[in-house]
Amino acid sequence: MATGTISFRRKATDRAMKWAFYLCAFFVVLPLFLVFFDLLAKGAKELRWTLLTDLPHPVGEPGGGIANGILGTFVITLLTMLWSVPVAVMCGIYLAEYGKGKFASAVRFAVDTLTGVPSIIMGIFGYILIVLPMKRFSAWAGAAALSMIFIPVVVRTTEDMLRTVPATVREAALALGIERWKTTLFITVRTASAGILTGILLAMARIIGETAPLLFTTLGNQFWQTRLDQPMAAVPLQVFSYAISPYEDWHDKAWAGALVLITMVLLINIGARVVTREKK
Amino acid sequence: MEIVLDIRDLNSWFGDNHVLKGIRMEIAKNSVTSVMGPSGCGKSTFIRCLNRMHDLTPGYRMSGEILLDGVNIYSERVDPVYLRRRVGMVFQQPNPFPRMSVFENVAVGLRLNGRSVSRAEIAEAVEKSLRMAALWDEVKDHLSRPGMSLSGGQQQRLCIARALAVEPEVLLMDEPCSALDPVSTAKIEELIEDLSERYTIAVVTHNMQQAARISDNVAFFLMGELIEMDKSGKIFTNPADKRTEQYITGRFG
Repeated sequence: MATGTISFRRKATDRAMKWAFYLCAFFVVLPLFLVFFDLLAKGAKELRWTLLTDLPHPVGEPGGGIANGILGTFVITLLTMLWSVPVAVMCGIYLAEYGKGKFASAVRFAVDTLTGVPSIIMGIFGYILIVLPMKRFSAWAGAAALSMIFIPVVVRTTEDMLRTVPATVREAALALGIERWKTTLFITVRTASAGILTGILLAMARIIGETAPLLFTTLGNQFWQTRLDQPMAAVPLQVFSYAISPYEDWHDKAWAGALVLITMVLLINIGARVVTREKK
Repeated sequence: MEIVLDIRDLNSWFGDNHVLKGIRMEIAKNSVTSVMGPSGCGKSTFIRCLNRMHDLTPGYRMSGEILLDGVNIYSERVDPVYLRRRVGMVFQQPNPFPRMSVFENVAVGLRLNGRSVSRAEIAEAVEKSLRMAALWDEVKDHLSRPGMSLSGGQQQRLCIARALAVEPEVLLMDEPCSALDPVSTAKIEELIEDLSERYTIAVVTHNMQQAARISDNVAFFLMGELIEMDKSGKIFTNPADKRTEQYITGRFG
């Protein structure tokens, strides 16, 4: 029966396509699990409390940690966000609420381009712009390089999130006799706040793991260093230098450091999830 | 009778589209005026002229004057922000602010209006506004719940309370019931009647029965022109213009 065969073929195609979609979804998430379990297996050897609390030990001496790197990563990340968040969010607001003309299109194009610039270039840029004139590597320089990665991402997510706020919300505020800037800051931004915060957290997760921009800017440090105008340790830098070293026990530490790093990123991402799930 | 809004030769354009043509109308204090007409007749455009909601619309142009208590609201000296505090608006779709509680929705106008008001004053104003909007009894125990969690009819009354909280003199309503079920519609209509004791109200509607039920005066718009405006009883029983008669007898629109 002709109709029977066609129907059978159509069903089979339908099923095959469905499995193709599923399979691709599976391949997309596979690397995360592979990386995480591989890190767990290889990093476990060096994974102990002192990893989080001790300074690095010299070659051959067992134990030691990446405590200064964890601190440095926190300091540099916070430093970056301290000024990047307001600048990026305000720029996003400009694009979403005011940006209509040629200047806005130019900004949008520039921001999109910046998003695609390889991070090593940001590092070199930070080196030329800050390290050379200051004549030293510093946390400042690292934060400057990281902001150039952070800001464009947050600008675009902020703009996108603000655009999801219905025009009726702005209209309602306008009709209440609320000034435009107050409407924007206290009503439109508030309406989109969960999405904006998620964007900020995801961008934060991204810069926490960035290595290349820090290589030429903060350089790294074997010791405790909290002065912002001095070279500072950071987890990704430690992982990098341990990994390219010729010593077996440093390789193990690189794995453990990578595990710490990916755990931090994972935690931030989970945080972002929680933020969006809360309240509707 | 005291005239609150005096519209003189109002013409409006969106680009080349001549939407309102020479509208003349007087709106009396503490009255309910319905603006009715078929879709696209310009009635919404008209009511939005009364609180300058078109100011930010690209390509919008107008001529003529609208006097509020004798002052042209389009004159250079009038700040549209202050004007909108005197002339409030309720929209077709209930639009409470998302991510704000019932309380905050009503309080936000006062809080952001720049005047420093104490917490107690705000709480008082919120209660008063919710009572006037006939919503207090239903929400008094859930003031911290999201405004969006209310039913459609409650949301619309919340929007009315929000508009009343900034103490306007005139309340504009742009098809306030067209997204609501009959029961909620009846509540809003009753509310409009009560509010007219204190406020001057202009309501856009395409529902003739509604216009007949709630209004003192009815204006009939067609293709951007004001065809006829008269007492509600007169318009529906003995209209002066043939087109009005055709509309209310259901021959078009």
